[in-house]
Amino acid sequence: MIQLIINGQPERLDQALTVHALLEARQLAGKRLAVERNGEIVPKGRHAETLLADGDRLEIVVAVGGG
Amino acid sequence: MNDSLVIAGKSYGSRLLVGTGKYKDFDETRAAIDASGAEIVTVAIRRTNIGQNPGEPNLLDVLPPERFTILPNTAGCYTADDAVRTLRLARELLDGHALVKLEVLGDPKTLFPNMPETLKAAEILVKDGFDVMVYCADDPIQAKMLEDMGCAAVMPLASLIGSGMGILNPWNLRLIIDQASVPVLVDAGVGTASDAAIAMELGCDGVLMNTAIAHAQNPVLMASAMKKAVECGREAFLAGRMPRKFYSADPSSPTSGLIGS
Repeated sequence: MIQLIINGQPERLDQALTVHALLEARQLAGKRLAVERNGEIVPKGRHAETLLADGDRLEIVVAVGGG
Repeated sequence: MNDSLVIAGKSYGSRLLVGTGKYKDFDETRAAIDASGAEIVTVAIRRTNIGQNPGEPNLLDVLPPERFTILPNTAGCYTADDAVRTLRLARELLDGHALVKLEVLGDPKTLFPNMPETLKAAEILVKDGFDVMVYCADDPIQAKMLEDMGCAAVMPLASLIGSGMGILNPWNLRLIIDQASVPVLVDAGVGTASDAAIAMELGCDGVLMNTAIAHAQNPVLMASAMKKAVECGREAFLAGRMPRKFYSADPSSPTSGLIGS
């Protein structure tokens, strides 16, 4: 089991997942979003190969209405 | 007449840039933006739901980046570091898109820009390859610093964000416009169509607004009014207004040939 902070919320995963697998599990795969892991951008092309580790801090963002 | 607005080497037919916040729903957002004729639309970057709300509509499905130039902003950021981080995420989100709107706020009550942090963030972003359109104070010295640093456009406030108070210091705007060699856009403060026209008559290259449209009683109709106001202000600027002649009337009709003379 690993513990993560996703968008400021503590989350537990039963096993270490890739970024892509996490997005799929949360029904976010294929959406227009961006992921930052521990302050570094994880490019879309590397979602499938980036394995999350215990203690990682993720930010997953989208575009919203704003001025 | 070809009178396009050129920002970072790209030409735009519309000089009206609009925000996407504060609308009732995405249908109203899209209808207002269509009526405004804007090609550049600004969006905020925020945390997504992480599975609590699957199927939540996505703004970029309503405003596809293939059709609009999406201008991600840093609204809500109070430090250079947060602004830079936000725009790096935006660039990833928009597949390498470089045009961004930088704003670093200094105070939640006035939303006045924190200029030291704005200058710091602008320097980092320009070096990192971003085309930076920057919200700033109407201070000609700092506007010039931002331009010299390589910003793609400087965007002084006309009055406070969301205040609708109009153009409060036209003289400072003129100083910024007269010295600038990059586009100058009024960003913030426009309340109604005449404010937009005044900004353009002063010589602004464009106007960016959100609340004036979104919080009008009829946002779609106000969007259409703003489109015309920006166009008419631009034409008046290009036409060149007549000189002001205080206390010196000058009749428009012939002074000779009056009956009974």
